[in-house]
Amino acid sequence: MTTITRKPVNPTAHLTEADIEQIGIELDAIRQDVIDSRGEKDAAYIRRIVDVQRRLELGSRAVLLGSALPPLWVLGTIGLSVAKILENMEIGHNVMHGQWDWMRDPKIHSTTWEWDNASTADGWKHSHNQVHHTYTNIVGKDNDLGYGIMRVDEDQRWVPFYLAQPMWNFINACFFEYGIAAYDLELGKNLKVPKNKRSPEFKANLSKTLKKIRKQATKDYVVHPLVALPFGGAVGALAGNFVANVVRNVWSHSVIMCGHFPEGVETFEKKSIPDDETRGQWYVRQMLGSANISGGKVTHLMTGNLSHQIEHHLFPDLPSNRYAEVAPKVQALFEKYDLNYHQAPLPQQVYSAWHKVVRLSLPNDWLATTTPKNLPGQLKTLWAMSTKGPKVRRAAQARLTQLARRQQAERSEAAAAAA
Amino acid sequence: MEDMTTLPLPASRQRGAGRLLRQRARSLAQAAVTPLDLDDLLDHFHPLRRGAELSGRVVEVRPETAASATLVIKPGRDWTGHVPGQYVRVGVDVDGVRLWRTYSLTHGPRPDGCISITVKAIDGGVVSGHLVRRTRPGTMLRLAQAAGDFVLPDPLPGKLLLVTAGSGITPVIGMLRNLFSRAEVPASDIVLIHSALSQAEVIFADEIRSYAARGLLRLVELHTDTHGLLDVDSLDELVPDLTDRPTYACGPAGLLDALEAHHEARGLVLHTERFRPVVLAAPGEGGTVTFASGTTIRADGATPILDAAEDAGVLMPSGCRMGICMGCVLPMKEGAVRDLRNGALTVAVPGETDPAGVPIQTCVSAPAGACSVDH
Repeated sequence: MTTITRKPVNPTAHLTEADIEQIGIELDAIRQDVIDSRGEKDAAYIRRIVDVQRRLELGSRAVLLGSALPPLWVLGTIGLSVAKILENMEIGHNVMHGQWDWMRDPKIHSTTWEWDNASTADGWKHSHNQVHHTYTNIVGKDNDLGYGIMRVDEDQRWVPFYLAQPMWNFINACFFEYGIAAYDLELGKNLKVPKNKRSPEFKANLSKTLKKIRKQATKDYVVHPLVALPFGGAVGALAGNFVANVVRNVWSHSVIMCGHFPEGVETFEKKSIPDDETRGQWYVRQMLGSANISGGKVTHLMTGNLSHQIEHHLFPDLPSNRYAEVAPKVQALFEKYDLNYHQAPLPQQVYSAWHKVVRLSLPNDWLATTTPKNLPGQLKTLWAMSTKGPKVRRAAQARLTQLARRQQAERSEAAAAAA
Repeated sequence: MEDMTTLPLPASRQRGAGRLLRQRARSLAQAAVTPLDLDDLLDHFHPLRRGAELSGRVVEVRPETAASATLVIKPGRDWTGHVPGQYVRVGVDVDGVRLWRTYSLTHGPRPDGCISITVKAIDGGVVSGHLVRRTRPGTMLRLAQAAGDFVLPDPLPGKLLLVTAGSGITPVIGMLRNLFSRAEVPASDIVLIHSALSQAEVIFADEIRSYAARGLLRLVELHTDTHGLLDVDSLDELVPDLTDRPTYACGPAGLLDALEAHHEARGLVLHTERFRPVVLAAPGEGGTVTFASGTTIRADGATPILDAAEDAGVLMPSGCRMGICMGCVLPMKEGAVRDLRNGALTVAVPGETDPAGVPIQTCVSAPAGACSVDH
């Protein structure tokens, strides 16, 4: 991935200013259609999902009481995992976006909702709604890109630290809720500040988050196992809760990676975004900075309709159950303006995102230039780049870039000869 | 200390222990369902239980006239009761949107514990039309506790005049039902003057006529299509002993204004109940915003309240400033704002909309007339 402005061919180069403003007008019209028609059915939808989720969670926890029996453990753990996923994805994420605020129901409202996650609703709303959705895919401003610990772009200088990033990413996936809590707090940045100089705001948020984590952990790892104790299911309940949390974490991490990280999704340079970015320009950035997951109804539900990531980023406050009907209209607009509507099934998107994580963990062009034949030599180069100083790294990087260019030239020559 | 085990605990102590146990059980249950509130979860199973946010279930919808219906509602356990003549605020989901309105209670306390409201569908009335025509038994409604001081004194005076027009009969029918359902009907000489648009429009027609037939009250029924509007100057003619009767009146503002002037000039006792009309300043382009802190700002119809307030030095919550993140949402207590993205109006009317205020996104809303924001 390279920020859009540094690419040899900018995928928006063919759009005139008038085109971009027209895209804005057409998308506003699509949005308005949904607003004009949302009503009782939509309200019934979210209330039903909330009802089903809560009953499923209660039921699964009841089943886990008997988790001394292995089939019950499996059943309860699956149920609890699904319940936690629904709660975070289709309900929590979307309610906190204000998608259901129009119902004026204080029980299902972005200002009152708290979710089953280590991060606090307030912290998440700030970092997600405000920062990520406003500065989507702007390198350096959007923390969702690599969460500040990963190399997400060729333009970021490679250092040996990044070799471990597939492992970081995997650990982050398993404990994603804590990862989210940490980056909502901008923990890395704030912990570097000496203790007595940390802002009161950070301290207050930190204590709120720690309190939330304590309550969450008490629920899952103390209260429910204790309740299961008389039934001989304490260990089973503890394990069931742990597994359900990890499943939810890995699942939501995967879905979110698919939203912005697969190969081909554009990123943007901070300085290329005008201060007075118009609504049309903002829309186009959202169109190119997101990727969809194709699939059936279950996929859409379990991803919290983030399978319609493009539609979600264009209209973050429309009810999630309406993205599916909006998607064909949006796709038609992409085609009309000759833009790439990025869409693929879940396994393909997950693979693509992980491929990028691995590729960028290595020096630029290393993975692309490596063949089984030159592997020993390439490994030697990598070893040198990882263990020796920046001078060696620079020189080796130059050789890799040159090699990549030569291979590229050879390929096009071969193609020309074949033609 | 060993005595403790043999002696029975005093009753108060047992109650205390019971309460402590219940508290412990509750906090354990709370810890098991965090971040939800235990009540949120219980609402899915028993929304009318004690301790729940007050709501009610519609058990019967009985048409009264072509345009009105009585809703019999089973209120939650925490309903504290009411005095006939009082009103209740009702939160209704219309097209998925929670809207609040106020209606008079049309029964005295009933043996089945239900309450009732009688609603007339007014032209263009979103909530009244929904309640009369589209509400079915089983529908859940939000409720507030009964309120209002339009109630009969106790003991009842010897003579009484009730003046009602249109749906103004609703608080009075509650009073009458309560009086006449008692084992011993109080000996009070009651005159009821009721004015309706036409014969067919009289809500509770059979019931009030039967009260008259049984000699419980004297009924003067006026129909606007044949008799014209009720003229307060004709009261002496209709009720010769007018000066002996304290008057209780409910109806349109015009009638009540005329009655007030009339009774004040004559030094007569009058109690009125006004159904607050929805008075909206015509939504204009721009207007003023008053904050709870006392600051008032002015903004034109193209400037978001957030920008105008910040320019005026008000410390505002804010976020993306483009209508996405909901970081700037504040409750509007009264007034109207226009969504700058699509021109849609959001309106807050005290007594009609949510008492806590209607949430508005200040970053994409411009005032449409005067409004006040709780911040």
